[in-house]
Amino acid sequence: MGAGAFVSYGFNSPLTVCLLLLTAWCTVALAGLVRPLSIAFVGRTLFPVGAFCGAALAFVAATSLRHPSEQLVLPIGLPDLPVHLRLDALSSVFLILLGAASAGISIFAAGYFRRGEGAAPGLLCLQYHLFLASMGFVFLADDAYAFMLAWETMALSSYFLVTTQHRIPEIRHAGFLYLLMAHLGAIAILLSFGILQGGSWHFTFDAMRAAHLAPNWSTTAFCLALIGFGAKAGLVPLHVWLPEAHPAAPSPVSALMSGVMLKTALYGMIRVSFDLMGQPLWWWGLVPLSLGLFSALYGVVFAAAQTDMKRLLAYSSIENIGILFTGLGLAIVFAGVEMRAAAALTLIAVMYHAMNHAFMKSLLFLGTGAVLHATGERNLGHLGGLIHRMPWVTWLTLIGVLAIAGLPPLNGFVSEWLLLQSFLFAYKVPHPFINMLLPLGAALLALAAALAGYVMVKFFGVIFLGQPREPALQRANDAGFAERLGLVWLAVGCVLLGFLPTHFISMFGIVTQQLNLGGLPASDAPWWLLVPIPERQSSYAPLVFFAAIAIVVVLAIVSVRLFYHQRIRKGAAWDCGFGGLNSRMQDTAEGFGQPIRHLFQPLFAIVRELPTAFDSQPKYRLEIGDRIWRALYQPLGALVRRVADKVAWLQQGRIATYLLYSFVTLVVLLALML
Amino acid sequence: MNVFDWIVQLMGIALAVAAAPVFVGWVNQCRAWLQNKSAPGLLQPYRGIRKLFHKDAVIAENASRLFRLAPYVVFGAMVTAAAVIPSIATRLPFTQAADAIALVGLLATARVFLSLAAMDVGTAFGTMGARREMMIGFLAEPALLVVIFVFSLQFSTTALPMIAERLSAQAFALNPSLAFTAVAFTMVLLAENARIPVDNPATHLELTMIHEALLLEYSARHLALMEWAAALKLFNYACIGLAVFIPWGIATSHAPSSLAVSVMLLGVKLLVAGAGLALIETLSAKLRVFRAPEFLATAFLFAVLGLLVRLLLGA
Repeated sequence: MGAGAFVSYGFNSPLTVCLLLLTAWCTVALAGLVRPLSIAFVGRTLFPVGAFCGAALAFVAATSLRHPSEQLVLPIGLPDLPVHLRLDALSSVFLILLGAASAGISIFAAGYFRRGEGAAPGLLCLQYHLFLASMGFVFLADDAYAFMLAWETMALSSYFLVTTQHRIPEIRHAGFLYLLMAHLGAIAILLSFGILQGGSWHFTFDAMRAAHLAPNWSTTAFCLALIGFGAKAGLVPLHVWLPEAHPAAPSPVSALMSGVMLKTALYGMIRVSFDLMGQPLWWWGLVPLSLGLFSALYGVVFAAAQTDMKRLLAYSSIENIGILFTGLGLAIVFAGVEMRAAAALTLIAVMYHAMNHAFMKSLLFLGTGAVLHATGERNLGHLGGLIHRMPWVTWLTLIGVLAIAGLPPLNGFVSEWLLLQSFLFAYKVPHPFINMLLPLGAALLALAAALAGYVMVKFFGVIFLGQPREPALQRANDAGFAERLGLVWLAVGCVLLGFLPTHFISMFGIVTQQLNLGGLPASDAPWWLLVPIPERQSSYAPLVFFAAIAIVVVLAIVSVRLFYHQRIRKGAAWDCGFGGLNSRMQDTAEGFGQPIRHLFQPLFAIVRELPTAFDSQPKYRLEIGDRIWRALYQPLGALVRRVADKVAWLQQGRIATYLLYSFVTLVVLLALML
Repeated sequence: MNVFDWIVQLMGIALAVAAAPVFVGWVNQCRAWLQNKSAPGLLQPYRGIRKLFHKDAVIAENASRLFRLAPYVVFGAMVTAAAVIPSIATRLPFTQAADAIALVGLLATARVFLSLAAMDVGTAFGTMGARREMMIGFLAEPALLVVIFVFSLQFSTTALPMIAERLSAQAFALNPSLAFTAVAFTMVLLAENARIPVDNPATHLELTMIHEALLLEYSARHLALMEWAAALKLFNYACIGLAVFIPWGIATSHAPSSLAVSVMLLGVKLLVAGAGLALIETLSAKLRVFRAPEFLATAFLFAVLGLLVRLLLGA
């Protein structure tokens, strides 16, 4: 960070405005308690206000990007521990992400929470907006205390949101697992900050930047940060809570958690490794890189095997987190060997993908929310054919599906393209063997991206296409106005992010410049043509690309109409002439996932009960378990239980014994003091 | 000059669109000869397409708009792909819009639309075809990307025309990475274009078909567009292969003489490639569907081996 770049503004500084907007979120949160049971008040007034605050926050953060960094010290909290805040380019980018994505989600939520979801709407409003505000404070915090305070508020408020329907035991269980992992992660982050302050005992981020750590200590701090933030992000093997907690929450909350909250972990990793650490060691990057690649493949393979639509999306989030951490690791490797331009490109790709994922995943989660409300069904095996009943939700979800499958010209492709481009620098890393193994990462990344296409065809095809698998689906209604507006907002975000890559890349380039990596080399390409590395001559122009396809499509339609005819007859489906077709003959979600289950069998723990030919009541059961849960967490849990049993011996239940403990402790302490 | 560039570009696209069914006709002809059958004419695919355009379209009752839109999108994607691939000249204006990775993405877009359309009517065969098509796609796509990466590393660009141009400036040399990637690419081409041993374009045998299962509900003009798009896909794949493996003779300037030579050479190369394709199809037996992933995983591993060999030996 360039020193001396701080300018103090008056009341109209971007940081102050951001702070005011976050305070507005807190106010909206508290206002929910005024009339906690009034759905009209909460839905029609408070959530739209929250959405407006989000859009305003994104706007202010976007305008502040080109300003120098700003700092602010607020004398609140414990005495002698004021809260330090800071708005720099990195914070701005993530505030844009938070504001823009949450604006769409909040508008959707305004319509969605009309039934209260099993809790008082005012209470939901309180937790929801506290959650938003705490994420904003995470991005603004400039000392460890403020950061941890915001981080824990985020974890707690989201815990209560996850357990909205706390009467269902599975959801309580999911919430507990989430809280446990969140706190284990928080401890690791706290310890990491404890090392980073480097003996100065000042916990501001400025002090951490100034501290010089021995390589051993900085490595320890990096590992702790990776564990802490990795647990929040759902990096394999710390992912077990994610597929439980994300689907348990109401859909707008799932969207916030997957779309936005996971990015706080990425923000933390970038902040720690590129800003607070100064110069990362190159080999650190190999750890997030390999874990990320593994997570990407693991997540997408498990997503393909899911039958619950929200769980499927949760696993897809693990995949995307894997892609993000892969990029982060690669950027650290590049930065560590002084390949600054490559590091900048990689980091830009990572931030781009984070922004993309915020929009696409929120869009998809909201789409599932609309389906859930219309049909009351989360199981893919009971859905189908909704394109006829819910055209708005279907076509808007299709945009999200194509985007997250990484198809041009939408946004998911741009960031994957940039990441693949940066992988092609990897052979220049001056370490033998590593420089040969790294390009293989690109091959695995391509595999994960292609598998994502498979998963998304399954997701979209089974829910929206084909014949309805249940008669009740014939009565499903399309989403209401507020829901549609929220979906449209996010879909437009996906399209814009896909069509205007140069604009967004120059935005992210400001961040890499502030992080001393330099921006991308200047190119004289026009605004619609993306040429990240001029000497490589690799270019991509999504608008031209889209226009070409559109022109050919229109030309084809027009010429067919001109030269031939447009006659259409409706008839029964042909299906090779078999006849007697019913909706049970379509592939189920299990059926569609079968090739993946077959191919990646070693990853799954499959329990299957097949009926025999002689069963009078044939039963088929298939359970797909997570091997990591059985191999890592169950033994760990058993160990904790055994240790706890041993420790319980101390609990004698007699006052005299406890007094003896106090006495012994006092004596030991006195002996230590003397 | 700029206008002339665009004329050459449009000519290239028109050539691809027009020649694609003929290329399929040539492959079919060669295959028939090799199998001791009397061959249909070279223009037989065209006759089929024309017949289909004249028919009335019959559409299943619960087909949605997506179903009717998909043929146009798939066709549009394939024509756009033809515009991106350097088949006759390397210095074309439109090729800037997409590099090789975007090209692979474009082919994936077509595949996704094709599969979604197949799932739209909700028949057993449609969903089965979609599942199999996506299964083949997710293995073939990364293999193709890795093949392209090998050349990207060598010529430090992912732009196909640049690869073709820089390679054609060198003397031909048979090196190990080239051999591995050529095998991988051929396998991907066979699988992606529904050829034997992965799929059989000439069968409607229900349990083994992949590509035909996707098209089962289509008729008339929609089917014609899908067939044409499939022919274009084969043509595109052949042109990708020619551009990265044997680009010699491709026009690097727009002088009429070099363009004429380039078109002639492309024709010769395609004739040989088509005959080779027919030979492979005649000599191999169709794999069971369960074996197809292994076939493609082998292609992926070959491509990765090619990448490793290139990085290790620099050759």
